Amino acid sequence: MSTTGIVEFLTIFVLAAFVGNEVISKVPSILHTPLMSGSNAVHGIVLVGTMLVMGQAHGAVQVTLAFLAVVLATLNVVGGFVVTDRMLEMFKAKPADRAAKGAGQSKGGSASGAADGGAK
Amino acid sequence: MTLATWTDLVYLVAAVGFIYALKGLSSPRHARRGNLVGAAAAALAIAFTFSNPALRSSGTNLVLAIVAMVVGAAIAVPTARLVKMTAMPQMVAIFNGVGGGAAALISLTVFLIEDPGKPAVYRIGEVLFGVLVGCVSFSGSAIAFAKLQELMTGRPVTYPGQQVINALVGLAILGLALATLVTGSTPLLVVMAVLALALGVIFVLPIGGADVPVLISLLNAFTGLAVAASGFTLNSNLLIVAGTLVGASGILLTRMMSQAMGRSLPNILFSAFGSVVTAGGGADGSGETRPVKAGTPEDIGVLLAYARKVVIVPGYGLAVAQAQHTIRELADLLTDKGVEVFYAIHPVAGRMPGHMNVLLAEANVPYDELKEMDEANPEMSTADVALVVGANDTVNPAAQTSPGSPIYGMPIIHADQAEHVIFLKRSMRPGFAGIDNELLFDPKTTLLFGDAKDSLTKLVNVVKSS
Repeated sequence: MSTTGIVEFLTIFVLAAFVGNEVISKVPSILHTPLMSGSNAVHGIVLVGTMLVMGQAHGAVQVTLAFLAVVLATLNVVGGFVVTDRMLEMFKAKPADRAAKGAGQSKGGSASGAADGGAK
Repeated sequence: MTLATWTDLVYLVAAVGFIYALKGLSSPRHARRGNLVGAAAAALAIAFTFSNPALRSSGTNLVLAIVAMVVGAAIAVPTARLVKMTAMPQMVAIFNGVGGGAAALISLTVFLIEDPGKPAVYRIGEVLFGVLVGCVSFSGSAIAFAKLQELMTGRPVTYPGQQVINALVGLAILGLALATLVTGSTPLLVVMAVLALALGVIFVLPIGGADVPVLISLLNAFTGLAVAASGFTLNSNLLIVAGTLVGASGILLTRMMSQAMGRSLPNILFSAFGSVVTAGGGADGSGETRPVKAGTPEDIGVLLAYARKVVIVPGYGLAVAQAQHTIRELADLLTDKGVEVFYAIHPVAGRMPGHMNVLLAEANVPYDELKEMDEANPEMSTADVALVVGANDTVNPAAQTSPGSPIYGMPIIHADQAEHVIFLKRSMRPGFAGIDNELLFDPKTTLLFGDAKDSLTKLVNVVKSS
């Protein structure tokens, strides 16, 4: 790769850093935990990188390392998105609950538990 | 158009998807959709990567990649689905750590693939950065997981000469990195990777349990940067964009979290937090002999039922006891009796910012009953009862009054301003930060010992019958 290449990548890197800063600065504090989890899932895209490495790996050592990398990256991307989705599921039930609250109460616990288990 | 061009375009779409995903997380309404868009973008990029000529023609390697993905997914899905909401922070820690490990392995393996023949210096530099940061993130996250999962003590772990040892390991890594840069030697790189793993461990050990969320956020940003580094190594725009997005946002989030605790990031990471706690330990001893007022569920239940305004201050103890549904039941009962009830949520209550909101949302507590600290504090002086459930450090007046305290400067919920203070606690054990709470010995404070869920269930029964 020529040095022009590295400058191109640096350009992308710097611009992405500014985008990352800009997008995140508007997140309300109650969503910080889902945000951390969601951004954790986003870097799980490292899986694409591990797959590319797997394509080039030769010999037992390289293939073993690449295999391990693919497993770890899959954990990151799959686990990350599923955990985030579960967290955000919790926020969804709100308006319905407020309506239900007028009619009765103290059934919220079991209802949300069922919704949690039932969805997905 | 060539296949390579198509791939680049698909990766561009995926990168936009990730930006949209993070943007979606900025409002509760779009958060879930944002996350799904992110997942779809990732799935699209991963699916298209199978068209990569080298991977497609690699035979066994392609099969192995698929097997590895199946194995990973088979572990990740049930784990992520079944984990309790209280265990979310350590789940994020561990999923983050494996991502860092994957990034480090990419850099290492690419280095092996390009061997023999010494690559350009900046190529080695990219590899070094990816291996170093990825390894620190991996082992650091593992220790953070162990602390939160209570596999090890949540207290800061300190030992004599700690700073010196840390500095030596840091210097050794720097030396090895320079040597690798000059020689391009694989063994030196491997030794550096091992030392980087050790650095992750000793970096996290002295950080107290209460500060671990900030740490996880920082390690999340580290993994992002490690992924960006492996993107440089692999010439992949997608990895650079995604990794950098997470790196930049993670650092910003980390800063916001430490601000919520009223401390600077260096203070959290490097302060002699451990030694201060040890000093406080002596005070603990004398403190525990002082009398506290313990109440019965009957006394407290009646006090609650005939109060005008009750403020619930939830903390991690509520989460551990899985008592979020019971507290909601109690709050609803009190509301029916005409008591004004709201929840005062400290920004760092629980073990991550927003952790309490997630838990209470799980129990369908309405948003308008949740008040952020700044909104709740002005109302504390008009409250009849502050019901502190499983919280300690976030209501500790020492954060405001005693400059020697390790949590000095952290904003607190002013439970002490309420007319009566009720603590539901498991024991007199100090909170996560490991320091004594004067409020427990205040004459207006009543303690109800026991598991938060049991205590709350008893209170519910008393309130029902009164």
